[in-house]
Amino acid sequence: MTDLLIVENAVKSFGSLRAVDECSFTVAESSITALIGPNGSGKTTLFNVITGYLKPDAGRVSFNGRDVTGTDAGRLYRHGLSRTFQQARVFPQLSVQENLVVAGGYSLRQLFTRRVSRADREKAGALLEEFRLAPVADLLASELSYGQRKLLEFAAVLMSGPRLVLLDEPTAGVNPVMIETMERHIRERNTSGITFLIVEHDMNFVMRLCDPVIVLDRGKQIFAGHPTDVQSNPLVLDAYLGS
Amino acid sequence: MSRLGVLRGAAFFATLVALPSFNLAHWVMNMAVFVLMFAVMSSAWNLVGGFAGYPSLGHAAFFGIGAYAVALWYKNHELTNAWHPFLALPLIALIAALVGLPIAMISMRTRADVFAIVTITVLFVAQTLAFNLRSITDGAQGLAIPPATFSVTTFERPFYYVLTVLLAFAMAITWASMRSKIGLALSSVRADEDKARGVGVHVTAVKLLAFCVSVGITAMVGAIWAYYESFIYPQFAIDPLITIAMVLMTFLGGRATLWGPVVGALVLETAQQVLAYQFGGSKIYLIAYALVFLLVMLLLPRGILPTIQDWLRQRRRRLATDNVPPPAANLPPAAVPAAHGGRA
Repeated sequence: MTDLLIVENAVKSFGSLRAVDECSFTVAESSITALIGPNGSGKTTLFNVITGYLKPDAGRVSFNGRDVTGTDAGRLYRHGLSRTFQQARVFPQLSVQENLVVAGGYSLRQLFTRRVSRADREKAGALLEEFRLAPVADLLASELSYGQRKLLEFAAVLMSGPRLVLLDEPTAGVNPVMIETMERHIRERNTSGITFLIVEHDMNFVMRLCDPVIVLDRGKQIFAGHPTDVQSNPLVLDAYLGS
Repeated sequence: MSRLGVLRGAAFFATLVALPSFNLAHWVMNMAVFVLMFAVMSSAWNLVGGFAGYPSLGHAAFFGIGAYAVALWYKNHELTNAWHPFLALPLIALIAALVGLPIAMISMRTRADVFAIVTITVLFVAQTLAFNLRSITDGAQGLAIPPATFSVTTFERPFYYVLTVLLAFAMAITWASMRSKIGLALSSVRADEDKARGVGVHVTAVKLLAFCVSVGITAMVGAIWAYYESFIYPQFAIDPLITIAMVLMTFLGGRATLWGPVVGALVLETAQQVLAYQFGGSKIYLIAYALVFLLVMLLLPRGILPTIQDWLRQRRRRLATDNVPPPAANLPPAAVPAAHGGRA
């Protein structure tokens, strides 16, 4: 398998705090890779660096064979690298359907086309069916439950046909049934060719779904390997429980 | 557009076109001209302040650019045809948009209250320039524009009709943007700009487009105003009160709606003009004007149109639930379709 995402010696500091410290790892194409670590280990900062929300102070990020270090988040998205947020971020005053359409990754010229074209409706409609959001398609996103918003955010980033999706705690604050639903969607989409990098604290979820698992501590990668090996790795135990 | 929307628009503009034929008194026509000016400017401001959620307080600077563009041109040129200044309006809009572009590129890197402060600075810089570039603007002495040579009995009509066309233009642009992906992109910017950027929305492009179109239209109104008044001073051509009026009218009528700014202008500008006539030179009219605004904000905090829409929606829901037989009343709330916010 080729590496779809390569992070090399990435550094990101906030004042004297090195949130990401010479971090390097790779994400193989078609994998579901987990990125775990204690709170404050730099996972979300790393996500922000990879997806162009933050510029790294040093190091390199390559996606699909191209150096994309510091590239604008919108451009990365249009090139097939998309993400969700820890706190589901949807556009509350847009309808559920419009939340999908707006994420279609349109060109400048397409801005002058219809708000929701027939093609948009069909494409969004298929995703809404798949995520069982069709009955609420015309509601405002602000009227959805938190779990539904998480699903909507996930569905929306699929609108542009991404190659790599970064999910930031997809199961946080979501009920067990919804967690299963989320897991099923990730598996299905992975089968159809999308690579996932997932930050998650729910270890059962990670063990069931992800391989390999990357562990971060204090901004550095301390382990990368099979999920069963994670639990017995002394470095990982030390990071989580302290020596 | 729905059939009702077309009818509403047609009826509104037919009324506007027919109004002067009732031979209204000069003061009424004068008031109508000012109501139209503010309706156009509020509609223009709504593109940036309403749809994109960037509360610009600098729009009066562009009103002033339009006013000074006309005044400066006729400082050195003869007015041979009374309609000529109107023909120059598209060019004035273009100039204002070009001036607005770098200003937007810099100021729109900030948001919300910081953006408001940056743009109000632009306003005061423009006013200071108008005061101090005496060799060009004649400073505080002001500039005269040759008076329009229209018939005295129907003097206001040409201005009135040009402003009607401009209002149709501003509303058509608003409507078209709401119907296109530009409107969708602007809504996403207003809700969560970082997220919008992250899902590939051309955030910068739509913001700059909205700003440039908005200030272009504002400058056209400034030019018409200057020609109508035929004398301009820096403190009136670049007046914070003009900006404040645009903001208040848009908020009053309903932000990010098609008709909100028009309704706001109709209510506030009419109130202001009538109160100014009633209370004459005393400043009591300003207090009365503020009172009108306070009352509406107290009773209709989201603006007139969105509040009425909410009220109608609730009433429809109530009627629907009243008429539904008992078993179906157990439907979850999600099954009741909700109208979209901000689509008047």
